[in-house]
Amino acid sequence: MLTGKTALITGGAKGIGRAIALKIAEAHGNVALVYRGSEKQAEETKNELLAMGVKALSYQCDVSDFKATKEMVAQVIKDFGSLDILVNNAGITRDKLLIAMKEEDFDTVIATNLKGAFNMTKHAGSYFLKQRKGRIINISSVSGLMGNVGQCNYAAAKAGLIGLTKSTAKEMAVRGVTCNAIAPGFIDTDMTKDLKPEIRDEIIKLIPLKRLGQAEDIANLCVYLSSDLSDYITGEVIKVDGGLYI
Amino acid sequence: MVFEKVVEILRNYKEEPELEVSMDSTFEELELDSLDTVELVMEMEESFDTSIEMDTELKTIADVVGLIEKAIA
Repeated sequence: MLTGKTALITGGAKGIGRAIALKIAEAHGNVALVYRGSEKQAEETKNELLAMGVKALSYQCDVSDFKATKEMVAQVIKDFGSLDILVNNAGITRDKLLIAMKEEDFDTVIATNLKGAFNMTKHAGSYFLKQRKGRIINISSVSGLMGNVGQCNYAAAKAGLIGLTKSTAKEMAVRGVTCNAIAPGFIDTDMTKDLKPEIRDEIIKLIPLKRLGQAEDIANLCVYLSSDLSDYITGEVIKVDGGLYI
Repeated sequence: MVFEKVVEILRNYKEEPELEVSMDSTFEELELDSLDTVELVMEMEESFDTSIEMDTELKTIADVVGLIEKAIA
């Protein structure tokens, strides 16, 4: 489905990003994996991708760094010879009640989760515009749609990503570039594994499908949005949340 | 010198070697939309090895030439 295509995935070493990388490789797409601190996991994921017979390389980069992202995107295009899909997945949490939240907790989350996507979209987007084709997929969150206690920074960044998605979709559509967002609900990853069991149970009670999502649930949609099957979809926000936010 | 180079970039971009361009030509007349303008400015940045601040609205070729001359001065 993605033979000959190259996808750049930020936060690709673990969690949802890793699942997306593996699904893209399953669809025969090549993968540029971007990580910030998880070098070992990035290496492991890269080796898994290589074992699947696709081209895969990993790049250390802090997506909140404008200049570094510019250089990294240029390097990826040089290494792979093209770029077709950008998945803005890199995200961090610094959960605290707003009243207790430090300025730095707010700024850091916005810088990585929102500005990081802007940086990547600007640099990869200019290539897509020239190419007259490209797919941008932003991993948002239901937190950005419904808000979440203790996550005002994360929810604000994820809601911001939706605005970024819709504006980018409108600006770039004329050049055949689509931009969509996926809003995962509670997904079983490192980010949610620290939840206390009783909180986890409470959350599951709120989900009509009565389970946490798996990273693969997000990855499946991401492959679809990366493929030609979704040619006519842009500016869309698709929830993958087991019905949590209906 | 800047003007000639801009014309060359424009002709390449539009793939029209005979394209008539003057300092007063507007992007609209040349059938270039706002994204074309951005792309062209990016190509000109590369070509002139400079960074062009697009903080004003660019309407004519003279606007672009002025910006580049300012940037490389």
